Amino acid sequence: MKQVFTRPESLKDVSTHFCPGCHHGSVHRLVADALDAFGIRSQTIGVASVGCSVFLYGYFDVDVIEAPHGRAPAVATGAKRARPDRIIFTYQGDGDLAAIGMSEIIHAANRGEDITVIFVNNTTYGMTGGQMAPTTLPGQKTSTSPYGRDTSKDGSPFKMAELLSNLDGVAFSARVALNSPKNVLNAKKMINTAFRYQVEKKGFSFVEALASCPTNWGMSPLDANQRVTDEMIPYFPLGIFKNTAQL
Amino acid sequence: MSTNPLEKIFVKGNEAVAMGAIEAGCRCYFGYPITPQSDIPEYLSRELPLLGGEFIQAESEIGAINMLLGASATGVRAMTSSSGPGISLKQEGISYMAGSELPGVIVDVMRAGPGLGGIDASQADYWQATRGGGHGGYRIIVLAPSSVQEMYDLTMLAFDLSDIWRIPAMVLADSVIGQMKESVTPNPRPETVLPAKEWVVRGREDGEPQNVVKSLYLGDGEMEKFHWKMLARYQELAEKECRWEEVQTSDAELIVTAFGSTARIAKTAVAMAREAGIKVGLMRPITLFPFPKKTYAALSARCKHFLAIELSTGQMIDDVRLSVARDADVDFYGRPPGAGSLPTPEELFEQIKKNYRARA
Repeated sequence: MKQVFTRPESLKDVSTHFCPGCHHGSVHRLVADALDAFGIRSQTIGVASVGCSVFLYGYFDVDVIEAPHGRAPAVATGAKRARPDRIIFTYQGDGDLAAIGMSEIIHAANRGEDITVIFVNNTTYGMTGGQMAPTTLPGQKTSTSPYGRDTSKDGSPFKMAELLSNLDGVAFSARVALNSPKNVLNAKKMINTAFRYQVEKKGFSFVEALASCPTNWGMSPLDANQRVTDEMIPYFPLGIFKNTAQL
Repeated sequence: MSTNPLEKIFVKGNEAVAMGAIEAGCRCYFGYPITPQSDIPEYLSRELPLLGGEFIQAESEIGAINMLLGASATGVRAMTSSSGPGISLKQEGISYMAGSELPGVIVDVMRAGPGLGGIDASQADYWQATRGGGHGGYRIIVLAPSSVQEMYDLTMLAFDLSDIWRIPAMVLADSVIGQMKESVTPNPRPETVLPAKEWVVRGREDGEPQNVVKSLYLGDGEMEKFHWKMLARYQELAEKECRWEEVQTSDAELIVTAFGSTARIAKTAVAMAREAGIKVGLMRPITLFPFPKKTYAALSARCKHFLAIELSTGQMIDDVRLSVARDADVDFYGRPPGAGSLPTPEELFEQIKKNYRARA
């Protein structure tokens, strides 16, 4: 029998700590697929962030630097400038990238650093127990917005893929989802394109992945998948917002 | 600029730091403008690109220290510099570097504080520098230059010590040393035997172990083990790397102790006192961490009277008191940082006379 689905070489053969139904595992898989597809695993350095994504080094079979909360794009900048021959990617959640790390991501993007940023947006702080994130949807209840996000006081969710696409330094910016086979296939394509930008030295690439967090949303994995369709995608539309090299 | 290492050049202290960094092989610099150290990024923004290096004016001090973290993790020599308010912002990154056992050089050209303070001479960041500065309990190597020549030499030394011990190293200067011009001999980089950096992130080839630069220790007992390991390293560092300068201490009945710019003023005052027949000496710590405790202990076995002089209300004096014999007295003359706080040699001479008589 022909084996058609195997573990990517760039992922270790271990179980993850992710909760049932969480999309982090899918994003990990797609990033690893891209590293395998380009044959760049041995040249890659990952930059882990703080949150559920901190254990990157436990799952990816690549060298990893663990960055302070929000600082992954600055750490990646230092690593890439020191080793321009390496493939450097950051993997960050919404609290990390769009709250405490907003300055670092904006400036790394604006400098056009030749790095790839994978941004996992699940509208909540997963690791710390489901607090309000910069991408928490209007009215969404979290452990620190028990009456729902009040945009008159908390502001509105950041649309990072669109925001970054306005910067001249950004070469590629896209938003994907992982809640259906069709969306996963498209996400795979977009993440591949993002890494292609770096492989071909064509500039800063960014992929925002809408992800579920069934545990902190208080939903079953299937209901959480449905929420991505019903609530997240209408607010955070999927698509390519910038593709300078038309890759 | 002369390229003949034997030929003296006349440069600012901050420029000497930048030149020392280049001679030490530093090709990555990340910084943010702040007085009184902006000559360092200005010099390196001009020179590093010519050497194939990288200069980034970062978005913030936080950005700069994390770029240093990322560059150091790949094994290259890299540096950042700042002054008080910026050094405070860097503390998060310094803590992560210490936790990740990463080398890297941080230059603090101290200015007056707290808060925005002022741009005048200060030594009030002594505690922040020598106690680690950030969270979690750690130490960094701290070197205190008191001349433009030492700005050059100690910057090179900072790179070597940091690489050897896998501890971030700080050059703790002040605005006087940073801004003054003196002649400097641009010594060649010392031929130090450095350990191979087997821990760097470099891309994992088949069969090679995965390298991870991290400070997260969640396993049972891992974090505790790390702390004991680092304590042992700090103790070995203290055994092997303490540096200091003594002036006429052998027969001194009063030993003045000061570091950085204050020490050079004190040196003149000590010479004036000697001419006046006062038996006074100077003990100048060059490494503030590790602090040369044993030297103080040895000096205080004979001389029971010390006078600590600082541009603060007293910080280094804590370490002096912890180091000297129990029956030794440590007096203090401090000038809190700010405009007009820099004492003249004559003022220190008067202070020495006062303390000398009081204990005679």
